Amino acid sequence: MARVTAGVTTSHVPAIGAAIDLGKTRDSYWAPAFAGFDFSKAWIAANMPDVVFLAYNDHASAFSPDLVPTFAIGCAEKFEPADEGWGPRPVPTVIGHPELAAHIAQSLIQADFDLTIVNRMDVDHGLTVPLSLMFGQPQQWPCRVIPFAVNVVLYPPPSGKRCFRLGQALRRAVEDFGEDLKVQVWGTGGMSHQLQGTRAGLINKEFDQRFLDQLIAEPERLAELPHIDYLRQAGSEGIELVMWLIMRGALGARVRTTHRFYHVPASNTALGHLILEDMP
Amino acid sequence: MEKPYLDIPGTTVFDADQSRRGYPLNSFCMSLMKADNRARFKADQRAYLDEWPMSEEQKQAVLARDYNRMIAAGGNIYFLAKIFSTDGLSFQYAAATMTGMSQQEYAQMMLAGGRSPEGNLYTGGKR
Repeated sequence: MARVTAGVTTSHVPAIGAAIDLGKTRDSYWAPAFAGFDFSKAWIAANMPDVVFLAYNDHASAFSPDLVPTFAIGCAEKFEPADEGWGPRPVPTVIGHPELAAHIAQSLIQADFDLTIVNRMDVDHGLTVPLSLMFGQPQQWPCRVIPFAVNVVLYPPPSGKRCFRLGQALRRAVEDFGEDLKVQVWGTGGMSHQLQGTRAGLINKEFDQRFLDQLIAEPERLAELPHIDYLRQAGSEGIELVMWLIMRGALGARVRTTHRFYHVPASNTALGHLILEDMP
Repeated sequence: MEKPYLDIPGTTVFDADQSRRGYPLNSFCMSLMKADNRARFKADQRAYLDEWPMSEEQKQAVLARDYNRMIAAGGNIYFLAKIFSTDGLSFQYAAATMTGMSQQEYAQMMLAGGRSPEGNLYTGGKR
């Protein structure tokens, strides 16, 4: 039987990918940000999943303005890094898990979550930057990845509560899969940031720290937070944080904080990162 | 349609109305994900823009690289990112231009902890 072994969240700032790809991770600007992932790289090497279910948002790469699915699950054999305007990132092709993805799709749709099935899709920095942060620069990614794209670009995104409930249904789906697999659920994006208009550069450390505290200890309460509070307090792009609730929903009520990290700035963004595991 | 976010200062939420207004602009931006199109755009920007059913305001905003104008005309930052990526410029560069600060001043503000939420959550500072 497959099981959810841990949850990971991290921001997915594109400049982090560029810093890795251009060999700048030891520069004085970037070193403090990457230091927060030294523990994580060692931890995941010792706790390697077979599959990562990776909730992220597409940044106008795979989905054009023609088509905006709220939840889209990647069911393909593989996914290529997208060309976002400066050529694709020099990272390995992402290898999917079509059988588990199809099982999750069937299970979640039958549990009333209306997923869009994707059989061909390139994946952008939203998905590849978290992989780089956790795995470094290997020749091949060390596990399979199911991309799960959530619309947070066109208002309104799904609510935090919807994402939390989806995570809970995802756990049941994973546990219902016949093969013996270790599955991690990752939620990415955030934390507070705004990339547009005269308010660009907004960072709200108080909001972010409260979000981290509540995600760990009171996720049901956090799930009630309305869109307007994310937009106003965490910035127009900070609303990506709803995706972290998918991760949290897939874990049990009580969790252990294996790792917690927060750093400002990563380019325009507050960088947050958690590793959570179920309490035994 | 209820829009509770209109009183957030300096912020345009990319909602259905903005998306409809910006459709041709954002579609043009997506075309820059192909190297051949980037080369054609760089060779003759006006001619390339004229291939798209964009408003003159949208085209002028692109030519001026005025990201606030592009957003007012329905652009969304993740689509517009294809333009500054084509120019070889970063999100931080683009964000700085929208605030009226130099890139250096903006980068310094971020290093100092970013723009404070104080006074920046409600238009007119209301609570």
